[in-house]
Amino acid sequence: MKIVVTLRKLADRIARTSSFRITLLAVMSAMVVGAFIIILSDIDKLQNGDILGAIKTVGSAYWALVVGSFGSLRAISATINSATPLILCGVSVAVAFKAGLFNIGATGQMLAGGMAALWVGFSMDGPGFIQVPLAVLAGAVGGAAYGAIPGILKARTGAHEVITTIMLNNMAGFLVLWLLKTNVFQRADRTDPISKLVSASGHLPRLFGFLGDRPDLVAHAGFVVAILAVIVYWWFLNRSTAGFEFRSFGMNADAAQYAGMNTKRLTVMAMMFAGAFAGLAGSAEVLGTYGYASQNFAGNIGFDAIAIALLGRSTPLGTLLAALLFGALQAGGRQMQANTDVPIDLIVVLRALIVMFIAAPLLIKAIWRIKVAPTSLGQTFRGWGS
Amino acid sequence: MQLELRGITKRFPGVIANDNVNLTLKTGEVLCLIGENGAGKSTLMNVLYGMYKADEGQIVLDGAPVVFTSPGDAIAAGIGMVHQHFMLVPVFTVAENVVLGVEPTGRFGSLDIDKAREMVREVSDRYNLNLDPDAIIEDLPVGVQQRVEIVKVLLRDAKVVVFDEPTAVLTPKEIIEFFEIVKTLIAAGRGVVFITHKLKEALNVADRIAVLRRGQVVGEVDPKTATESQIAEMMVGRPVQLIVDKKLQAPGEVVLEVRDLSVVDADGRTMVESVSFSVRAGEVVGIAGVQGNGQTELVDALTGLRHSARGSVALDGVDITGASPRERHAKGIAHVPEDRQRQGLVGGLSVAENLVLTRYHDEEFSHGIVMDWPAAHSVAENLIAEYDIRTPSADIEASTLSGGNQQKVIVARELSRPLRLSIAAQPTRGVDVGSIEYIHSRIIKERDTGTAVLIVSTELDEVMALSDRLLVMYRGKIVADLDPKVTSAMDVGLYMAGSRPASAVNA
Amino acid sequence: MSAVDPVILPLVSAEQRKQARSVGFTLVVLGIVAAFVLGNRPGDAGFKLVDSYIFVIPAQPFARILALVLIALGAAQLLKGFGKWTNVILSIAAATFVISFLAWAASGGSFSLTGMLQDTVTRSVPIILGAIAGILCERSGIINIAIEGQLLGSAFAGAVAGSIAGPWVGIIAAVAMGVGLSAILAVFSIRYRVDQVIVGFAINFFALGLTSFLAARVLTDHPEYNILSPLRPIAVPLLSDIPVIGVVLFTQTLFVYFAYLAVGVATWSLYHTKWGLRTRAIGEYPKAAGTLGVDVIKLRYRNVLIAGAVAGVGGAWWPIGMVGRFDQNITNGRGFIALAAVIFGRWKPLGALSAALVFGLAEAIQLKMSNLDTGIPSEFLLMAPYLVTLVVVAGFVGRSRGPKAAGQPYDAQ
Repeated sequence: MKIVVTLRKLADRIARTSSFRITLLAVMSAMVVGAFIIILSDIDKLQNGDILGAIKTVGSAYWALVVGSFGSLRAISATINSATPLILCGVSVAVAFKAGLFNIGATGQMLAGGMAALWVGFSMDGPGFIQVPLAVLAGAVGGAAYGAIPGILKARTGAHEVITTIMLNNMAGFLVLWLLKTNVFQRADRTDPISKLVSASGHLPRLFGFLGDRPDLVAHAGFVVAILAVIVYWWFLNRSTAGFEFRSFGMNADAAQYAGMNTKRLTVMAMMFAGAFAGLAGSAEVLGTYGYASQNFAGNIGFDAIAIALLGRSTPLGTLLAALLFGALQAGGRQMQANTDVPIDLIVVLRALIVMFIAAPLLIKAIWRIKVAPTSLGQTFRGWGS
Repeated sequence: MQLELRGITKRFPGVIANDNVNLTLKTGEVLCLIGENGAGKSTLMNVLYGMYKADEGQIVLDGAPVVFTSPGDAIAAGIGMVHQHFMLVPVFTVAENVVLGVEPTGRFGSLDIDKAREMVREVSDRYNLNLDPDAIIEDLPVGVQQRVEIVKVLLRDAKVVVFDEPTAVLTPKEIIEFFEIVKTLIAAGRGVVFITHKLKEALNVADRIAVLRRGQVVGEVDPKTATESQIAEMMVGRPVQLIVDKKLQAPGEVVLEVRDLSVVDADGRTMVESVSFSVRAGEVVGIAGVQGNGQTELVDALTGLRHSARGSVALDGVDITGASPRERHAKGIAHVPEDRQRQGLVGGLSVAENLVLTRYHDEEFSHGIVMDWPAAHSVAENLIAEYDIRTPSADIEASTLSGGNQQKVIVARELSRPLRLSIAAQPTRGVDVGSIEYIHSRIIKERDTGTAVLIVSTELDEVMALSDRLLVMYRGKIVADLDPKVTSAMDVGLYMAGSRPASAVNA
Repeated sequence: MSAVDPVILPLVSAEQRKQARSVGFTLVVLGIVAAFVLGNRPGDAGFKLVDSYIFVIPAQPFARILALVLIALGAAQLLKGFGKWTNVILSIAAATFVISFLAWAASGGSFSLTGMLQDTVTRSVPIILGAIAGILCERSGIINIAIEGQLLGSAFAGAVAGSIAGPWVGIIAAVAMGVGLSAILAVFSIRYRVDQVIVGFAINFFALGLTSFLAARVLTDHPEYNILSPLRPIAVPLLSDIPVIGVVLFTQTLFVYFAYLAVGVATWSLYHTKWGLRTRAIGEYPKAAGTLGVDVIKLRYRNVLIAGAVAGVGGAWWPIGMVGRFDQNITNGRGFIALAAVIFGRWKPLGALSAALVFGLAEAIQLKMSNLDTGIPSEFLLMAPYLVTLVVVAGFVGRSRGPKAAGQPYDAQ
């Protein structure tokens, strides 16, 4: 009963804050612009003067988005799976932001973590209750190690993490490609870059496994890991000593130094934490969604994670909700591409538009003519030098 | 030319910066606007200069109302402004800064830098300001930078020149030179408005004084008949004690021993050179000097925020030269930093969080990796009460507090534990008169309980009043060790400028 | 006052000492790599300059001598330090190391050095133009993370318009797209005060999403909108007859010549015109310029839009100067490398040019290496430009100071 009351209070608070309203309006504005893009890019229909047909495409596309994300148990399952890595990478970027660092490297860190989890996954063969947590943990360790690199570079040389993490992302992609062609990782009977399969006992269990007759419900326990991660993030930020140090350092590095905090150590620690969360995303995908690794299994998640952290103001709850939204868009997007011929890349455009509109409350105010208190997303950038 | 401000009102969210201000400025006279920090002086001048738009009221020039939509309009109308923080691009030369906005050009918009140099030399010679057009601003001493600002204003043919806190960063000698320049400007038929919070200077130089408090003009006084305490009372609204009570005290054993300390900055320049001095328990040692002579770097080295290139620092006989800020803090050194917003506080954190900023890692507030917020909170509440910090709650963001209350947070945090050495840099910069009283009395209280106190301040009056012994820093070196009871401010000023009083030459 | 000044060496700060030590270690490490890796291939490497002249370097001895020199230099740096000469020595050491590496890779055969250098100049074009766009923005006080999106969007516009109406129309369309994306950056960051890094990223997502979306939706079904013949190289009369340099520098497409021109014009304008003075002022201390009547906002808008046009030409290089088509994500991070070039070049056009040439060289070497049999997996070669950027940013740049006011919205009121 208490849970219901708490949830209701939570919902109340979300609905009342103006930032929720801004998000809603931003999403709506983005959909409107998206609609125009769909219509204007429908060259064939436009050439035939079939304007009505083009508009109908918008309708079916957006309907598919809704159905594909929440319209059935299968859709919800798909949304959960899409949201899982987004939640984890969103927290990765958020924790770095709180410490004043811009982690664009979630993609590379997820790849590193995923490969580590993969290795444990196919090298061991049960028992499940040892192998699965071990593999998941390996992912966190792999991600943390890869995240430590830009952290150490920044601490020792002042190299700005915006550039180093982007370069490391690209490098990680190539490294994974190479690893997938080596004997250690490559599947025995294949010549393309695809990895060995994770052993049966190493998979993350299905969430809906108890519904024995629904093998199409692919949502897995990675979601549980993601939710736990958000809780850990909340506790860390607000209740731990290191969390206090992160927050102080993120807001005012000079004062943190004056207060005796070891700013170099904090930089490395923050990047390692960020890397660990992203690494968990890698574990989730490799051990849950796929059961193996292929080239680019992280996609472009780093950039999505940034959008999520920005939307969620780097707060635990906000990041979770933003990630669920993006996950829904992604699951719905696949349905949309299947039903209509609107490519899933539209989702990327929608996300970009949402970020831009969220970031400019004044613009929303001008468009929708509402009273909005300017809630800025704050300054993420502190100059190229350090 | 006669310039009138009629009924000027300017509001910002939550505060009325100027409230129905009426003022007249004439050429040929010096008007002084005096008031505390936050009284509305700078806002008023920014309205006059076209940087802000007044919500009500108008500006009347020689009888006709004018509207300034940008500084360009004000400049064209003959108003020149020398801001408190100089509007000079540090990496440009003097000539580049002076001609910015009115550049002489050649073909294709190319910059005629020779003509610019000539223009600068012409004005500089006419008013005896002695400027080198090719010098780079960031290499010039502050007094020279101010002269660049004056040339900028004169080049644009200003009839009324407004100076905002012009003497804040000058040595006593430079201040005298500055007032000579003001006299030259008056003689040349200009009008001068001079904003300050320094009572002595206002009485020395002004023809008329207008006092601002909380956005309103509370009165005009005649400098020939007014006294300092009279003006101070008008500024604050109640009688103010200008001199702090201090009993004589015999100092105890040596607490801080600095030997041959040298500090080099990241570009390789020596900022502190072979400095040696000591501070005893129960003694206040003050370091006087103009901003930029190494005091900042010295304090950084003493508090562990910067490595020294050579030399040693010892506390109670124990060498702490390589110790981190946290280690020094643990040994009983308190540091009230000169830039409270940059170093002393994290604006986005709450008042309570700031009150434990330097002690959060103590057993009292954190157990291993977990913070004990309830404990921190109760300590914070106690400190807020004890130090009279005006804040509606301990949980609001520290950035919302006034300057004086922010400084009290830092003082409360640092001085509320047993200390061996207390280092305070610019302790009352930007703080209202009421809080200044409080902070001075706490510093003396520290000293009376046997703590060694080191004060670094560019406010000569403050550092002379508080110190038992006075050191002067110039160009990174300690050039004098004086007894403030028997030394005149003039002599200290000479040391600050790098020279020596006649009486000391033979010593 | 001390009677005798005991100081012999000038005082150095802790940071300087640390940097000097890492330079020393780097030299020693390079030397060791030279000795054990580069020195284990016997054979002569032929660096072909012109058809008639092949410059031969014996790979092994060269590498061994180099190793000794590098270790010696490294030791000297650790013990005494080169002071002012450090950067020069480091650059020469790096250059010689690269030569030894090429000799090692090509040992037993030969390759066209001239061709490789020509490739370097060609491939550095989008980076140079992207960097100039970045410099224009940052010098005015606006951080431009969106260079990647601008290049990508312009590449798409150039490819499609070029396929429909010819290369010149393609270039105009690309410029228009660059200006358009710049306008978004300008309006959001200047008028709506959005954090410039956020807008920059949003523009990057937007460009990536929109171009990929349109490529999938429109171009796959209509390949006639995605094919054109790129511009051919034009030989400059007389200058292109100079051996080696003539081919490398003066037998290039108009894009290359435009890039040289852009660097020259940018350098001259920034330091010798009224516009340049004001631009630098609003990037360092906009309030000072504002108090003198300079219209900070208008100048910022203007400069950001001009930068967009330059980036537009840079984006057009892919379809119209190189491959004749658009592929999804064809820019693949070059915009960020351009950003690194801006920082490496200390916000000066000439500095960015040298950085861009270094990256271009990395790419050109990577291309050549895939033709030679070196035993290095292709993935590592593909990583090269990114690794080089990483090393450069970490090693050479570190603490650099850009225009002071970059990133802060201007507060007139």
